[in-house]
Amino acid sequence: MATLASKTQGLAETPSFHLEEDHHPEGSTMLGFWIYLMSDCLIFAVLFATYAVLGRNYAAGPSPKDLFELPLVALNTSMLLLSSITYGFAMLEMQRDRQAATLGWLAVTGLFGLGFVGIELYEFAHLIHEGATPQRSGFLSAFFTLVGTHGLHVSLGIIWLVVLMIQVRQRGLIAENQRRLMCLSMFWHFLDVIWIGVFTFVYLMGVLQ
Amino acid sequence: MFSNLDLQKLIFGRLTLEAIPYHEPILIITFIGVVLGGVAVLGAITYFRFWGTLWRDWITSVDHKKIGIMYVILALVMLLRGFADALMMRAQQAMAFGANEGYLPPHHYDQIFTAHGVIMIFFFAMPLVTGLMNFVVPLQIGARDVAFPFLNNFSFWMTVSGAVTVMASLFVGEFARTGWLAYPPLSGPAASPGVGVDYYIWALQIAGIGTLLSGINLIATIVKMRAPGMTMMKMPVFTWTALCTNVLIVAAFPILTAVLALLSLDRYVGTHFFSNDLGGNPMMYVNLIWIWGHPEVYILILPAFGIFSEVVSTYSGKRLFGYASMVYATVVITILSYLVWLHHFFTMGSGASVNSFFGITTMIISIPTGAKIFNWLFTMYRGRIRFEVPMLWTVGFMVTFVVGGMTGVLLAVPPADFVLHNSLFLIAHFHNVIIGGVVFGLLAGITYWFPKAFGFKLDPVWGKMSFWFWLTGFWVAFMPLYILGLMGVTRRLQHFDDPSLQIWFVIAAFGAFLILLGILSFGIQLVVSVLRREELRDLTGDPWNGRTLEWSTSSPPPDYNFAFTPVIHDHDAWWDMKKRGYDRPLQGFRAIHMPRNTGTGFILGVLSIAFSFAMIWYVWWLAALAFLAMFVVTVGHTFNYDRDFHIPADDVVRAEGARTALISGRA
Repeated sequence: MATLASKTQGLAETPSFHLEEDHHPEGSTMLGFWIYLMSDCLIFAVLFATYAVLGRNYAAGPSPKDLFELPLVALNTSMLLLSSITYGFAMLEMQRDRQAATLGWLAVTGLFGLGFVGIELYEFAHLIHEGATPQRSGFLSAFFTLVGTHGLHVSLGIIWLVVLMIQVRQRGLIAENQRRLMCLSMFWHFLDVIWIGVFTFVYLMGVLQ
Repeated sequence: MFSNLDLQKLIFGRLTLEAIPYHEPILIITFIGVVLGGVAVLGAITYFRFWGTLWRDWITSVDHKKIGIMYVILALVMLLRGFADALMMRAQQAMAFGANEGYLPPHHYDQIFTAHGVIMIFFFAMPLVTGLMNFVVPLQIGARDVAFPFLNNFSFWMTVSGAVTVMASLFVGEFARTGWLAYPPLSGPAASPGVGVDYYIWALQIAGIGTLLSGINLIATIVKMRAPGMTMMKMPVFTWTALCTNVLIVAAFPILTAVLALLSLDRYVGTHFFSNDLGGNPMMYVNLIWIWGHPEVYILILPAFGIFSEVVSTYSGKRLFGYASMVYATVVITILSYLVWLHHFFTMGSGASVNSFFGITTMIISIPTGAKIFNWLFTMYRGRIRFEVPMLWTVGFMVTFVVGGMTGVLLAVPPADFVLHNSLFLIAHFHNVIIGGVVFGLLAGITYWFPKAFGFKLDPVWGKMSFWFWLTGFWVAFMPLYILGLMGVTRRLQHFDDPSLQIWFVIAAFGAFLILLGILSFGIQLVVSVLRREELRDLTGDPWNGRTLEWSTSSPPPDYNFAFTPVIHDHDAWWDMKKRGYDRPLQGFRAIHMPRNTGTGFILGVLSIAFSFAMIWYVWWLAALAFLAMFVVTVGHTFNYDRDFHIPADDVVRAEGARTALISGRA
């Protein structure tokens, strides 16, 4: 109905073909970052698919059952999940415009992240020490690459976190910094979701089979 | 491990004087040519005092129009390299029969066919597509720039870095001898221990980052920055195809990144992803790379379809026939392009059911594509057709592409494919669709939008020469390959024994020579057009009586594109505005908010060249240093919050006033 009205009106008189005021489309950063995350998700999809194909090619070497220690992985998982909760708290404080509390929760998040990466490095060192190196079999190549890529992402996230904390201290919770914190938030939770997949498909199913 | 550690290895990695191919006369002559050409260009820049302008207005520019133009220049330069490779291959195959070994030894010939494929796809077709999308899309949707202008500049310089890396392999070391997709185990550490595959990997990884980021950028631009009133179904068709292409880029390039990363791990770390032993699986590489590779060919052809749509409707003086069906056909092709990858290796032996599935999905793609062909034909039907050069390319495309499409459907039949797999029939097929579709489309696009970019048209006489040489050259060069393929000749052969085949290769070489004349005519066309620019000048900004918003701006458009954001009521927005007596606003201009130029993208590009070169030659200290530098520059860039400025209202008044004078002076 409305389109019909505007059409007949258009025939009768010349409509306006330009805006007098400024036109500022907003929100492209969030959309762009979201699309980036989906592309990153595809990299993980390839690594998961690779693990699905090569995950049982032990080449007469160790299998998941011989290698994985679920209590350690459970601890690791809880580190990452807690870090997501604390990042959520940081965002809530950001909404209330409380800079000190935001920075505090971000610091806690970073510490949990460091704990996660530390435990993962310990696990890797332990495996390599036992002779279960990435060069040992297709399974171990796929395992180290999938888990290692996730760990690399978390490490980059921690560096980004530190940079953002400095920038928030320098300039406060201005619009740009809020936007950046939102992006890192999406990144951080995204890594959490990926880890759920790693935990389930690599560790749990590896030990159960 | 540390026993054979010596100083030279520490400093230069595996780079030695042996890596400089001074014993290859072809390369020495090329190198001298490149040096002389380079000195001439640098000298000219210095002589005309162009360095400042070059840095301020081009290298650091975040203006989508300038970045688009730079992409197209990069593509045209790389076309010359890729085509030189093609000529060398055709010459070798035309002469290497029986006792005659030709002039290219196998190890050189293998590098040439690999480089030809890699350069033509990654560094000619991709930059040209990206360049045209960059230039045209924001203008077509009534925006002042892309969503992330700095990212756009960065993407461009990453693409350049990849191209420089490929070119470096010509004079330092070697390029891959594996074919353009570098299948393992041939590309693995045992069969290819040299630097060739590493050049391949790093060039593609770096350029791939640029491509992926520009894909994200253009999606965000098209989704978020359209002028008010431009609903999705009012977008110009080129913008639609650009959107679909960029969705494909974002959904396909991460797979390439991942699979190349796995191949590099096999080569650098010694993992077993694609090895034949210890649990590796080479066919997984072939699957993964084609899950990227098939969408890739649609990434190239969809924008070409968009260009043809714009051209047909403009030069027929009619609205595009079946706009909605054109959009749906594009979207269907986008989706189907993910469901056909296995047709590249029916011979893998995945069984009748799997092969049937992929054969049928492949055939189904010809339905939306056929719908497009009919839409273009019906647009021309009863139109007032003007046979300007872009229209010639379009008609030439329709005739040529349909043949390529039909041989494609033929190859989609698995039993037929078992016979024709890896034969010259396949080579003829994909050159048929890539030259007849992508290249013709991009050349049509360059001719069509050239006046918008530079303010004068391209000379039509040399344009027509170029078209006819390309068209006849293509047919003469590739029809013999269809015949040879049917006779069972396989691809990538450096020498033949059966003398009865030679005549076909000689004909094909003559076809390649005709295409050379086409490329030369195109070059002459550029020179002649610059010399005759006053006669070819476009004062109105609308030289072709166009239909979409880019023709409402001046040629070339001002930095800010639109003094006022346009409001859209219909598709073919500019046609609608002209029809309803739109008057260009002459007053009330205000300051315009614009992004600021930055050199960060260029610096990162240079550092990434150093990084990849160091990785290729195992110069670990340089790799670490370059990586650290990239990291510092990137983080440093985030501390710069001063990223925009306002073009003062006075400047806008002056620019728009000059245009008013120009239009009225002509009338």
